Amino acid sequence: MSDAAIDTDAPDEAVVARSYLRAGHSLRSWLLTTDHKRIAILYLISITFFFMIGAGAAALIRLDLLTPQGDLLTNEGYNRAFSVHGIVMVWFFLIPSIPNVFGNFLIPLMIGARDMAFPRLNLLSWYIYMGSGLILLCVVFGGGVDTGWTFYTPLSSVYANGAVVAAIVAVFVSGFSSILTGLNFIVTIHKLRAPGMTWGRLPLFIWSHYATSVIFVLATPVLAITLLLVAAERLLGIGVFDPDLGGDPLLFQHLFWFYSHPAVYIMILPALGVVSELITAAAHKRIFGYWFVAYASIAIAVIGFFVWGHHMFVSGQSLYASAIFSLLSIAVAVPSAIKVYNWTATLYKGDIAIDAPLLFALSFIGLFVAGGLTGLMLAMLAIDVHVHDTYFVVAHFHYIMVGGSVTAFFGALHFWWPKITGRLYSEPLARIAAVIILVGFNVTFFPLFLMGYEGMPRRYHIYPPEFQLLQVIASGGAALLAVGYAMPLFYLGWSLVRGRRAPANPWGATGLEWTTSSPPPKHNFTRQPVVERGPYAYPLAHPASRDDG
Amino acid sequence: MAEHATEPFHAVERQREANRFGMLIFLSSEFLLFGGIFAAAMALRLENPDGYRAAASHLRLGLGTANTAILLTSSLFAALAVEAVRGARPRRTALWLGGAALLGAGFLGIKGAEYAMEYREGLMPGTATAHFSGPAEQIFMNLYFAGTGLHALHVTIGIAVLLVAAALAHKGGERHAMLVGNAALYWHLVDIVWIFLYPTLYLAGVG
Repeated sequence: MSDAAIDTDAPDEAVVARSYLRAGHSLRSWLLTTDHKRIAILYLISITFFFMIGAGAAALIRLDLLTPQGDLLTNEGYNRAFSVHGIVMVWFFLIPSIPNVFGNFLIPLMIGARDMAFPRLNLLSWYIYMGSGLILLCVVFGGGVDTGWTFYTPLSSVYANGAVVAAIVAVFVSGFSSILTGLNFIVTIHKLRAPGMTWGRLPLFIWSHYATSVIFVLATPVLAITLLLVAAERLLGIGVFDPDLGGDPLLFQHLFWFYSHPAVYIMILPALGVVSELITAAAHKRIFGYWFVAYASIAIAVIGFFVWGHHMFVSGQSLYASAIFSLLSIAVAVPSAIKVYNWTATLYKGDIAIDAPLLFALSFIGLFVAGGLTGLMLAMLAIDVHVHDTYFVVAHFHYIMVGGSVTAFFGALHFWWPKITGRLYSEPLARIAAVIILVGFNVTFFPLFLMGYEGMPRRYHIYPPEFQLLQVIASGGAALLAVGYAMPLFYLGWSLVRGRRAPANPWGATGLEWTTSSPPPKHNFTRQPVVERGPYAYPLAHPASRDDG
Repeated sequence: MAEHATEPFHAVERQREANRFGMLIFLSSEFLLFGGIFAAAMALRLENPDGYRAAASHLRLGLGTANTAILLTSSLFAALAVEAVRGARPRRTALWLGGAALLGAGFLGIKGAEYAMEYREGLMPGTATAHFSGPAEQIFMNLYFAGTGLHALHVTIGIAVLLVAAALAHKGGERHAMLVGNAALYWHLVDIVWIFLYPTLYLAGVG
C-alpha cells in the first residue's frame, strides 16, 4: 500500500478529535447521517436487537424440548416460536448481518473511497429495514405466525392462523433494503476504487461481497413476487398456488427456493470473505491462490441459482430434475472446498498470531467443513429421502448458518472492532468467548445430527422419550452458547468505556482500512490513497506495533 | 448552475456513469420481479397447452395490440426527451416527457376498460360473479390479472416519474439530465416488460 497514506501508529487526541465518531453528537447527526461508517453502526445496533429476539424464540424452543411431552408451550405456541425464530434470524439477522454492518463499514475503506456511491440510498435502506422490522415486531407481539419461515402454500395462503399477511409484508419490505444495499455495493465497487486499485488488487472480502450483491439484486425480487402472490391469494382470491383457485402449490416451492437457496449464499458468502481476511492477517502471509478464492465466490453465486430443486426431492418433482439438481448441488462443494484448502495452505508455514479473530476463523473452518460435508450427504438423492425434514437437515444448516456465518460475524466484530471504535478489548476474555462459542455450538447442534439420522422429524413439539437425553444435551449446549454470545456484549461494551486506544494497525495487517487512523476520519482518508501492490503484500514494509500481544 | 460532483465522487463524469449503472442494476432487479410470473405462465403453458390457448383467446387482442403500439410510441417520446435534454432544450424536453406520460395514461385507460369488460364476463378472479370453465382458465386469468396489474402499477409509477422530470425541465443542468435519462430508462423497462407480457398473454390465444 502507499506509504503516503499511512497515518501515524500512535493514537493521539488529534486522531480522536477528527474521527467520524466525533463528527456530530446529536441524535439527529446519527439518524440523518449519510456516512457509511455511521450507517454500519446503526445496522450493528439494530441487528443485535433482532438477534436477541430470534435467540429468545430459540430459547423457548430449547426449553420446551427438555421434556418429550413439551410442558412449556402449546402445539400452536411451539409452531409460532420456531416461525418467529426462523423469520427473524434469516431476514432480520443473517441476511443483513455481515454485509450491512461490515460490508457497509469496510467496502469504501478497503477500496480507498470516501463513501458509498449512493450515500442517501444507503441510509434509506436502513430505514426500510427498520420499517420492515417494526412491522415484524407488531406480528411477533401480536401473536405471531405458524407457517415456519418458508411460508409454504397452501398452509400460508389458506389454513394458517395469525398475521400471515403482515409477516409477508415485513419480509417483502425488508427485501427492498437488501436490493438497495446490493445495488450500492456493486456500483461502489465498480466506480469508486482508488487509483491503482485494480480488480486483481481487491481484498477477497470485496469479491465475496460483490458476489453477494449480485444475489441480492437478482434473487430478492423473485421472493418479492412470490410473497406478493401469496398475499394476493389470501386477500384478493387471485389464486396462483391454491388448487381450489386453479393454482399449483408446488409452484410456490419452486419460486420460493429460487430465491431462498441463493439466499443461503447471501448468508455464507460474506462470511467466507471475512475468513479470508482473518486468515491472511493472522498468518501474515499472502493468500494461497488469490484468483481461485476470488472466482470461487463468483462460482458459488452463479451455481447457487441452479440448485433450488434439492429442497424438493420428496415433493414429487420429476426424478430427472432431481438427479440434475443433485449433481449441481454437489458441484457447489467444489468452490467451497477450494476456499477451505486455500485457507489451510495460507496458514501453512505462516507467522501465525493466535488472537481471538483467528480462533473464530479456525472455528469457522471446522464448522463449515462439517456443515458442508453433511450438505453433500443431503445433496445425494437416496440419503436425502431418508433424512428429509428431520433434525439432520436442521443440524446441517445450523452448522453453516450459525457455526459458519455467526462465528464469522463474531470474528469480524473482533478483528475490526479496534478500527470501528478506536478501542482495544480484553484479548483473554475474547479468546475464552471464542472457545465457549465453539464448544457450546457443537454441544447444541451435534446431537441434532444423531437424532435426525435416527428419524426425529423437525418442527415437532412432542417427541418419543428415547430422544430425551440428546434433547437435554442440546438444550444444555444452547445455554452454554448463550453465555458465549453474551460475553462480547460485556467486554466489548467495557472497551468502549475503559479500553486502551487502538493504533491504526493493531494486527499488523495489510489492507487500505489499516492505513487510516482508528477510528477513521469522517472522509476515511486524509489523502487520497494510491494503490501500488496486491492486497496481501506481506511482510509489511512498515512493521506495525503489535504490543497488544 | 455550477456542475460539480457531489460527495463521494471526484469527477462529475464518474458520477454520471455511476448513476446510470445504478439505475440499470435496479431495473435488472425489477425485471426479475416479473420473472416469477413469466415462469409460472411458462409452466402452465407447458403442462396444459390447449387450456392455456383457450383461456388466452378470451383476451381482447385488438385492445392489447393497440396498447402495445401506444406504449412503444411513448417509449420513443421518452428517447426523444433524452435527445432534447442533450441538446439543452428544456421546453422540448418537457413536451416529449409530457407526451410520453399522456400516452401512458391512455394505456392505463384502455387497460381499465379491458378489466371492466372482463369483470362483466365473470373473468375477474376473487369477485362474486367470477365463473370459469376449468382450472386452466382460472389460473390463466389469475396470472393475467397479477401480471398486468403489477405492470399497471409500474406504469403508474413511471408516469409520476416522467411528470416530475417534465416539471423540473426548466431547471436544466447535469442533475436534471441524469433524472431525465433515468426516468426514460425506467419507462423503457415498463415497455420491455409489456413486450414480454403481450405475447405471453395475448398472442398465445391466436390460432
